[in-house]
Amino acid sequence: MKLQSIFIYILVLGCTVTSCKKEITEQTANAQALNPVNIDADAGLWKPILLTSATEFAVAAPAATNLPGYTAEINEIKSWQKNMGEQERKLINYWGAGAVLRWNEITRGLVAKYNLPPYQNPDGTYPIPDASNPFNNPQFPFANPPYASRAYAYISAAVYDALVAAWHYKKVYNRSAPYKINTTVNALLPTSDLPSYPSEDAAVVGVMVEMLKLFFPTEQAFIQQKATEHKNVRVMAGVNIRSELEAGEALGKLVAQKFITRARGDRAGAAVGTPALWQQLETQMAATGETPWISQESPKRPPMLPLFGRVRTWLFDSLTMVTSIRPKAPPSTKSEQFKKETEEVLHYSKNATRQEIAIVHFWADGVATATPPGHWNAIAADDFISQRYSEVRWARNMALLNMSLMDAAIACWDAKTFYFNPRPSQVNPEIKTITGLPNFPSYTSGHSTFSGAAATILGHIIPARKQAYENMAKEASLSRLYGAIHYRSDCEEGLKCGNAIGAYAITRARTDGAE
Amino acid sequence: MKQLQLHKLFLLLVTIAAGFCAKGQTDIDAILMEKNAFCIGPGYSYSSWKNYWEGTKKRDNLNLGTVSAQTFAVMGNYGITNKLNALFNIPYVVTKASAGTLKGQQGMQDLSLMLKYRPINKKIGDARLAVFGLIGGSLPMTNYVADFLPLSIGNRSKTAMARLMVDYYYNSKWFATASASYVYRSNIELDRNSYYTDRQVLSNQVQMPNATSFNIRAGYRTQWLIAEAILNNWTTQGGFDITQNNMPFPSNRMNATSVGLNIKYVLKKIPQLSLTGGAGNVIAGRNVGQSFNANAAVFYVLDLSKKEKKVNTSNN
Repeated sequence: MKLQSIFIYILVLGCTVTSCKKEITEQTANAQALNPVNIDADAGLWKPILLTSATEFAVAAPAATNLPGYTAEINEIKSWQKNMGEQERKLINYWGAGAVLRWNEITRGLVAKYNLPPYQNPDGTYPIPDASNPFNNPQFPFANPPYASRAYAYISAAVYDALVAAWHYKKVYNRSAPYKINTTVNALLPTSDLPSYPSEDAAVVGVMVEMLKLFFPTEQAFIQQKATEHKNVRVMAGVNIRSELEAGEALGKLVAQKFITRARGDRAGAAVGTPALWQQLETQMAATGETPWISQESPKRPPMLPLFGRVRTWLFDSLTMVTSIRPKAPPSTKSEQFKKETEEVLHYSKNATRQEIAIVHFWADGVATATPPGHWNAIAADDFISQRYSEVRWARNMALLNMSLMDAAIACWDAKTFYFNPRPSQVNPEIKTITGLPNFPSYTSGHSTFSGAAATILGHIIPARKQAYENMAKEASLSRLYGAIHYRSDCEEGLKCGNAIGAYAITRARTDGAE
Repeated sequence: MKQLQLHKLFLLLVTIAAGFCAKGQTDIDAILMEKNAFCIGPGYSYSSWKNYWEGTKKRDNLNLGTVSAQTFAVMGNYGITNKLNALFNIPYVVTKASAGTLKGQQGMQDLSLMLKYRPINKKIGDARLAVFGLIGGSLPMTNYVADFLPLSIGNRSKTAMARLMVDYYYNSKWFATASASYVYRSNIELDRNSYYTDRQVLSNQVQMPNATSFNIRAGYRTQWLIAEAILNNWTTQGGFDITQNNMPFPSNRMNATSVGLNIKYVLKKIPQLSLTGGAGNVIAGRNVGQSFNANAAVFYVLDLSKKEKKVNTSNN
């Protein structure tokens, strides 16, 4: 019958729809193989961050290429290439986009995975993640924004120092890539005049393996697997022999130790505070006549890392932070301006447009995300890909960005604890939030501080994008007002403070020898 | 429809039929409207939960309290022929959390359309056996926010579904209906450009797992009264578990089994008019709220045939 056939036709159509492909192409999945515009041959002269000099750790000279050992290493390349399959090609495409890029992405993924607040104890207190017992509940770490900013900063800075050292030895030993020495080797990634000993990719691997042991101790199996994959790609692509990787990795590990030593002594371990301190922050602010911050969570959760403001900074000293970076006091909670600003928050809580709500969610970077510092890493990475930087320049720019972001976290958390200002929804419960309410004081906005710092240094690194970064920072900052979790003062002062921090990063950038 | 928003389980779990017309008709029952009859009416449903499953672990959340969803809908069913019906549902959803600071959401949710066809209707002694095929789908009517669970009003996925249903009707009084469905769910787009499932994804697109569902309902059915008990299951084919203290996400593995009761009553004095009501509860689940649901609706049958104005109330 006619109807019957129509029905069957629609059914068949439905089935076709059902088999629709759902594959998603991710932002950097098809990033081109890294083929730098400039190999930065003299980057060994750039100023390291913690290393006393590029030669602080020795790298032994490579064995001569006319010895049988070298031929054996070339044979490893050939044996990989002989059995090249689809899986190997995929790995080459993935890692070929760049060592700094891919490990930055991996770090962001780990941050997102661990960015979950601990679940309360039966008695209403909260367990504190413990680095010495990372597998237990609660898992270690809780990769919240300050924690994440610190991980990104140490990792990026260590990668940069390791690559400056690697570039130094590349120039010293001037060993050509295997495909130049032995013309029967196929290069499956872009060729380069950059000397290949020690391997820059392996230097990054060495740093990452060590640094991630510190920041994500429960992920070692995963990280080792990635490290092995990355190193094998360099061999199978014909761009490194095994001993170049071993030298690079060893160098990276040594450099990482220096950063780990700094991290162990940077006071971050004490940032969580104590029950006595949490209470004291509240009572001492109440004693001044101001309304102190009180957790809006149930059960009440202690403020996130209240002593993170005392952590050691990268770009300026702690005295500078207190004297010239700490924002001025927020409007008194008894002032007319405070009242007006609270009303503005209520307005957005009730009337935010769909477009403003989209801005809130775009920049929210809350629970289970790479955090605002991670978001700015993603923004930077997307632009760095198109700039076709050398690995060492990638690392240098990421280090500048992430030192700015960590210093922004420190300065912002210093202000939060110092002023201990209540959230809008605390002073007016009618204010409902369009995103999760962060569990720490309001003034200043972390998103604003992070974004101000990131936009400033990125605008220096890629001047053509300066205005775009500033617009993004402003949007990120206001997103917290639209989301009804911050007053306008929090956003504006945070942005200014971030800009000031970014300026210190520019000062460093101008003198590190890379410009 | 009525079985509406199966895919918005976390919140709504209105999985236990919400409405009937005088001549029956939901997309999950074995009743058809006659040719040219058009049944339409407003419906209301309320669902709420305090406990939910975080993966397989059951817990509450003091920062949400009780999460509720109210759905105001207009539902309709038109008899294209005696064997083929078209059904629609237009819901407006309002959500709320009784504790915490998160703002409840509201708005027009997803339009759903369904064709219901009965190829087989056989008498076997005192009983009758009917087989139905249904196809349909849904699509969001507004640009609501999907990425704000558990308070989102829906998940924005466009769906296409196919259902096979068998009805056994004994002595014109007792019945049992069983159905199985497959639901294709399109990818959705978020306002953000990265998110974590069981890995970090650098995209604003979310791959939504498809789902299967079965429904068994049995009880008493005449043209004046229907009383039935219902068992429903919804199983997501893939997706990931909510991690500890994380928020739910649209592509979670959301599974739920619920039981419920429904009653439909046709007014003898005005046989075009019927009242329906029902309630149900989720008894097992994964990454969904353990919700209680209650619903009510009023329906009126219009005869849209041009020839003669008559209401045939005989049972199909």
